[in-house]
Amino acid sequence: MVENRSINIAILAIGGQGGGVVAEWIVQLAERAGYLAQYTSVPGVAQRTGATIYYIELFPEALAKARGKEPVLALMPVPGDVDIVIASELMEAGRAMQRGLVTPDRTTLIASTHRIYAISERSAMGDGRSNGSEVFAAGEARARRLVWLDMEAAARQGGSVISAAMFGALAGSGALPFPRALFEEVIRVGGRAVEANLSTFAIAHDDAVGAVQPPESAQPSPKRRVGAAVAPLLARIETLPFIAQDMAREGLRRTVDYQDIAYGRLYLDRLAAIAGVDHASGGERYRYELTTEMARYLALWMSFEDTFRVADLKTRSTRFARFRNEVKAAPDQIVGVTEFMHPRIEEVCDSLPAAVGRAILGSPLLRRGFGRLFRRGRRIRTTSLGGFLLLYTLAAGRRLRRMTLRYQRELAAIEAWLGRIVAAAPTHYALAVEIAICQKLIKGYGDTHARGAASFARLMQACDQHKARPDFAATLRSLRDAALADDSGSALDKAIADLE
Amino acid sequence: MAERSFAREVEKLRIGAGEFFHGEGILAVTKALLQSGVSYVGGYQGAPISHLMDVLADAEDIMAELGVHFEASASEAAAAAMLAASVNYPLRGAVAWKSVVGTNVASDALSNVASGGVTGGALIIVGEDYGEGSSIMQERTHAFAMKSQIWLLDPRPNLASIVNAVETGFELSEASNTPVMLQLRIRACHVYGRFVAHDNVRPAYGLADAMQKPVRDTNRIVLPPANFLHEHEKIDRRWPAAIDFIKARKLNEFLGGHMGDSGIIVQGGLYNTLIRALETLGLADSFGETDVPIYVLNVTYPLISDEIVGFCADKRAVLLIEEGQPEFIEHEMNAVLRRANIDARIVGKSLLSRAGEYTGQLVKDGVLRFFREYAPSRVADSQVTIAAAPNMPTLNHVVPARPAGFCTGCPERPIFTAMKLAEMDVGPYHVSCDIGCHLFSILPPFNIGNTTMGYGLGMAGASAFQARGSQRTVAVMGDGGFWHNGLTSGVGNAVFNGNDGVLVLVDNGYSAATGGQDILSSRGTNSRRNTHHPMAAAMRGVGVDWIRTVRSYDVSALRRELAAAMTTKAKGPKVIIAESECMLNKQRREAPLTRNRIASGARVVKERFGVDADTCTGDHSCIRLSGCPTLTIRDNPDPLREDPVAHVLDDCVGCGHCGETAHAAILCPSFYRADLIFNPTVWDRLRASVRRTVIGFLQRRSDARRARFAF
Repeated sequence: MVENRSINIAILAIGGQGGGVVAEWIVQLAERAGYLAQYTSVPGVAQRTGATIYYIELFPEALAKARGKEPVLALMPVPGDVDIVIASELMEAGRAMQRGLVTPDRTTLIASTHRIYAISERSAMGDGRSNGSEVFAAGEARARRLVWLDMEAAARQGGSVISAAMFGALAGSGALPFPRALFEEVIRVGGRAVEANLSTFAIAHDDAVGAVQPPESAQPSPKRRVGAAVAPLLARIETLPFIAQDMAREGLRRTVDYQDIAYGRLYLDRLAAIAGVDHASGGERYRYELTTEMARYLALWMSFEDTFRVADLKTRSTRFARFRNEVKAAPDQIVGVTEFMHPRIEEVCDSLPAAVGRAILGSPLLRRGFGRLFRRGRRIRTTSLGGFLLLYTLAAGRRLRRMTLRYQRELAAIEAWLGRIVAAAPTHYALAVEIAICQKLIKGYGDTHARGAASFARLMQACDQHKARPDFAATLRSLRDAALADDSGSALDKAIADLE
Repeated sequence: MAERSFAREVEKLRIGAGEFFHGEGILAVTKALLQSGVSYVGGYQGAPISHLMDVLADAEDIMAELGVHFEASASEAAAAAMLAASVNYPLRGAVAWKSVVGTNVASDALSNVASGGVTGGALIIVGEDYGEGSSIMQERTHAFAMKSQIWLLDPRPNLASIVNAVETGFELSEASNTPVMLQLRIRACHVYGRFVAHDNVRPAYGLADAMQKPVRDTNRIVLPPANFLHEHEKIDRRWPAAIDFIKARKLNEFLGGHMGDSGIIVQGGLYNTLIRALETLGLADSFGETDVPIYVLNVTYPLISDEIVGFCADKRAVLLIEEGQPEFIEHEMNAVLRRANIDARIVGKSLLSRAGEYTGQLVKDGVLRFFREYAPSRVADSQVTIAAAPNMPTLNHVVPARPAGFCTGCPERPIFTAMKLAEMDVGPYHVSCDIGCHLFSILPPFNIGNTTMGYGLGMAGASAFQARGSQRTVAVMGDGGFWHNGLTSGVGNAVFNGNDGVLVLVDNGYSAATGGQDILSSRGTNSRRNTHHPMAAAMRGVGVDWIRTVRSYDVSALRRELAAAMTTKAKGPKVIIAESECMLNKQRREAPLTRNRIASGARVVKERFGVDADTCTGDHSCIRLSGCPTLTIRDNPDPLREDPVAHVLDDCVGCGHCGETAHAAILCPSFYRADLIFNPTVWDRLRASVRRTVIGFLQRRSDARRARFAF
């Protein structure tokens, strides 16, 4: 009875991706090829960015004529009864498999490898992204045939949208008994954005014919010329444990770029001291994890984002090239850029000489008086002369950074942090590593930064109190996860309360 | 202007007898109405019936040619009340809405029309928003049919059967003087298929005939003594007439074989699911040919005792496939068999599921269990096992949920950003939500809202909270809900009772959640509807004094007004109207115009937003406060940082909300707005060239300095 049964196709897409367009194309394609087509979907609210399934059944019209009856076609996919699954995104392929729609005896899975992150992944306070490799593995295990391709890239190259890429991949997969020309005819008859759709169709088609493996990404690192001033510093990196050297090189690059050569030297001094402690604490057994982590987190902390840094990054030529590229400006197109900045009185005082800044913040009267000037956000047009010169001048203030209130505060905090690590390492190596990683809590600007710094301080306080506990390294890690669980700090409150 | 235009499709409504009609279920229903000689049609939009309303609106010219009056009703109650036209006159009419919610709203009028009965055929088309993708409470419309004695049709889900149900539905209604409800499941509403058309029919007796020669029969009005009479009439006359008609016209079908001591009874709407289950078990072919006796209930209320008894008499057990609960049909069938002293066992929910949608898998498993228990010989050689859990890695912890959310550029998003920020100013407050796109506020990333009590009832849902001196409550209502009933049930109610809460009224110019239909306060020009009636005027008319109107994208202003509303000494309800046009509709209107202007050489500035990866530290506060689909994340290009950075996708429409949020919430300096100039003027070029020269010089200087330390 197999040859007499319908061809069942499920399309899993995200609302707004054009899954309905593909479904309609498939219907027209099938009708042109002498098939009866039934298609249905559950749009509802799911069309507003939610996951949506479109379901199509095709049946040879000649068979129906011969029987003098219309076939009875189903309105929803049944696990084990689906011939083709087209997924417009990697996790939607995962969803198809989760729902059992992909089975080894029947299903050709045609799926895009690109990601559209779900709100839960996007809104995490750190890295909340799902692991795509499990979906790739599941595809290998579950599909009868597997066609992976990057539909988003095909759409971008072809100048069209995902729907045309899905249609092209379907044609290229050969899963339907219809010739390519018929697919293209359907696009032409549609009459909308025909050229772009056909071009995207062709790219995806060829991808699907060729590619049946997930693409591997390899990024060659660019080689650069080494300036005379940094050569001795680079030589010092060679004395660090080998495993930490790559990260140390990045850290050095960052700290020099952030301030100057002397600052890079300070970074290496601190790191070398840590490496010494690491070695003395038997770090070899831990593959010098402490030095490696510190190479990262010390550089990040030392390059804290103050107003000078932001102004510096905003005015660079590389940044101008980047935004032009990101907004897809034509080569000779005029592009204006406006920044949304909101320095508060705190940030302003942070950028003043320490004594002045402290005086203003310490005096309610001054604080209120100056604060009034910085209550509103500023829009700065970096592409205009006035805006650019303002930021450019501010960036030059970098030279005075070491005098500022912010620098002095960060300096003290970094020293305290280093002190804790050095003290813990000989007896509690794992704890020292965890203390190092806690730096990741301190990031962002304004309230975000204040919240992170406060969480960090609470963790360090807990550390000072409980560090003698044998399993405190693991506890500290769970406290850190709690701090990253929500912005209100309630998870951290609870975790710290549980400690007592 | 609705989200989807059916202007091209409605031309198909003109095709004549013998031609194949290809299209969506909803379009087929429209064609069937015209084939039935309907005189008037009304309804209220809402998935899955929105497309029907859009089709009807686009088909108004065709309907006008046939003398059909179409109304986009103010509510389901208004639509149901339209059926009054069929009480005294032989006029056929149809009304449509989303069920069960629409039926709830309509039930007052439905009870009245069902009590007095009808002369002309009255058809109520309900789109059942049940199961996957549904956004409402999971209840059965069946209960309404039973309590008001309205006949309920649940046809097999193919276009020919659906069209036939519409046509015979009118006849059944006339034969039994009873309104008839046609129930369409969500997938049937959207199913694309074909059927053989008939000619459209112009009603022999038109609306004008009725209006020229009014007929009065006070016995049709629900007032003593007629109301007592109606109840007897329902039982003594209308019910038997319906039974006779259903039997005579064979509305229910006996399909499948005649052999064996087991069989299956199925609601018409689930027939295709059942056949697919039998097919995968090797018990049917693709055309539904099977030895298993099947009794298809295309009419699920009333049940036909003779047919049930006849089907069950020679059987030991019958599987009843009845979706939803309570299991009204199962109870009734057991009573019928008991009265007839028949021993056949009705097996239903015990083998399927007490609650939830009857999916293909669930029906297949249920059928297999049934045969294994009551007719094992039928499935002796079946290889199929019940819900075989695949022995493969589970993806449950990998695949993220994708809840519905606000569209790119949606003007409602900033309202909830402001509400989140206002909580920082005035402390936490109770939020009473309504129905509409704005209800997505309860989902991530906003997670705002405590309850929702129904369309237009957001403000009424907060009315108990009147303890003076406590934190005020905030209610949310959309313009759709406002005109549906919120003006009276919410605003008027609050004024009358001296209530003190705050109302945030979302004015995006359309009934946006249901597909962008126009409403009284729409600002677009609509040649067929009378619009441009501002909500503020209506509210002043019912006595609201404190009204503020804010452009919804202005997060700071909204935040300020919210704080003001929460703390003002003014008495009575405080209303903040947050207005900005639905971005979906706006883009649909403006994107082609912009493209044309650029093509014709006019100077156009396009705005887009972006995030500087250099300064973004990967905290994602911006996403938690915005949730725009185009504000996403990508790998951090910084080799030192691990957390992904925020990133704006190409489909950004430049609404500016992310920038506003960064400002209002003092988030971070990473957002930028890029203004792309198309067809620049001479002045534009000159200015750009001066800027490029100066900025370029300074940038080269810095580049050179950094190059000395590069490695």
